[in-house]
Amino acid sequence: MYETNYHRASSVEEAVRLLAGAEDGKFLGGGQTLIPTMKQRLASPSDLVDLGGIAAMKGISDEGGAIRIGAGTPHYDVATSDIVRNRIPGLASLAAGIGDPAVRHMGTIGGSIANNDPAADYPSALMALGATVVTSKRELAAEDFFQGMFDTALDEDEIVTAVIFPVPEKSAYAKYPNPASRYAMAGVFVAKTGGMVRVAATGAGQNGVFRIAEMESALAANWSPSAVAGVTVDADELLSDIHGSAEYRANLVTVMAKRAVAAAG
Amino acid sequence: MTQVAMTLNGKKVSANVEDRTLLVHYIREAQGLTGTHVGCDTSQCGACVVHVNGRAVKSCTMLAVQAAGAEVMTVEGLANGPELHPVQAAFREHHGLQCGFCTPGMIMTAVDMIRRHNGVLDEDTIRHELEGNICRCTGYHNIVKAIKAAADQMVAMRTAAE
Ligand SMILES: Cc1cc2nc3c(=O)[nH]c(=O)nc-3n(C[C@H](O)[C@H](O)[C@H](O)COP(=O)(O)OP(=O)(O)OC[C@H]3O[C@@H](n4cnc5c(N)ncnc54)[C@H](O)[C@@H]3O)c2cc1C
Ligand code: FES
Ligand code: FES
Repeated sequence: MYETNYHRASSVEEAVRLLAGAEDGKFLGGGQTLIPTMKQRLASPSDLVDLGGIAAMKGISDEGGAIRIGAGTPHYDVATSDIVRNRIPGLASLAAGIGDPAVRHMGTIGGSIANNDPAADYPSALMALGATVVTSKRELAAEDFFQGMFDTALDEDEIVTAVIFPVPEKSAYAKYPNPASRYAMAGVFVAKTGGMVRVAATGAGQNGVFRIAEMESALAANWSPSAVAGVTVDADELLSDIHGSAEYRANLVTVMAKRAVAAAG
Repeated sequence: MTQVAMTLNGKKVSANVEDRTLLVHYIREAQGLTGTHVGCDTSQCGACVVHVNGRAVKSCTMLAVQAAGAEVMTVEGLANGPELHPVQAAFREHHGLQCGFCTPGMIMTAVDMIRRHNGVLDEDTIRHELEGNICRCTGYHNIVKAIKAAADQMVAMRTAAE
């Protein structure tokens, strides 16, 4: 790892100020992506502004029709929160399947979505649940926040402070993990609220997370695994790498969608 | 350089280190506790697991400065004098190690998982919980047996005490 200067912020405003004063600074969330990247010398920020000490960015609250999760909340806390488990079980089980226990103790929802790895789990939940991303500058619909592989609408000096998830009637996530990294080879999140169904897939798309309109309308008409069994996504739009071809991933997306609908009940 | 102070295995310690120093290097090199190992470059093997404020974390994926002011526990902090921690004793009893390289991380992960599950663990859960710990020798079977035995014993001790 190259040299860097560490700063610990105690408020969002202080973090923004500290970053403004740095030559080429970066925010540090749980460090579970940024530190490995720095160790590989693929990133070399002159300064790190640690968001981990900002109390206002942590915690989970039930706001009636929606649940608010502070961006600094670790995956473990989301996975074990009674509020999330009771109201959005698909989101709790998604968080429980990220990486391994030690990664879940440190990694945060804000860091995961800011990074927008095409194989990360959370982006699918934000898209399928129609979540709102709250930042230090504005509020953004998930759809406008994710902009492609490792790309988001965030400015360099913008901090994700919270994510607001509307509570659905039913939700579930099914993931086929890469056996080595545990990241998604394909992961599908399904959510149903009244006649409205949203389906989002991660791990598979060349441009990161995407919604599957054909599955959404099929499930709105008939909420059952068989409704999506015959729907396949176009392999031309999917990732192909040493872990699996685009055709293989296209098949996985359909299988994961069926499993997610079955799990949601 | 930054003066980084923390509580390590119950003792207040401090050292002047570069901001880029990883917690594992602070523990091994600045504090001389070499029980915590480095087994990979990619945050995947778990040989470096320690507890920070009571939670298992990979000390190769955290800066020492991030742990400033924290309570850190390593494998050296588990035993009570000459008396091994029940998880350590179970690893010996059930032959849960061969070369021993992964063992400190396995044991710290096991202590953390037993605490989180209140000692109630079946084999499937233990295997799932070991997702982040790699062992190249044992084939995991005896590690799982050791953790199960320690968890059962800790529950029995708790019940006896009540
Ligand atoms: C072994 C291993 C396995 C993993 N498996 C999975 C998996 O199965 N699924 C999965 O989804 N992920 C997985 N991850 C990644 C993990 O979920 C990370 O925690 C996550 O991607 C990044 O979150 P973080 O809080 O650690 O962010 P950091 O690593 O600290 O930061 C990541 C990026 O986001 C920026 N950032 C952080 N917080 C904010 C914020 N609040 N506002 C704006 N920018 C911010 C940083 O500047 C940096 O660019 C794994 C990681 C490891 C090491
Ligand atoms: S050395 Fe920390 S995970 Fe391998
Ligand atoms: S005992 Fe050798 S790596 Fe596990």
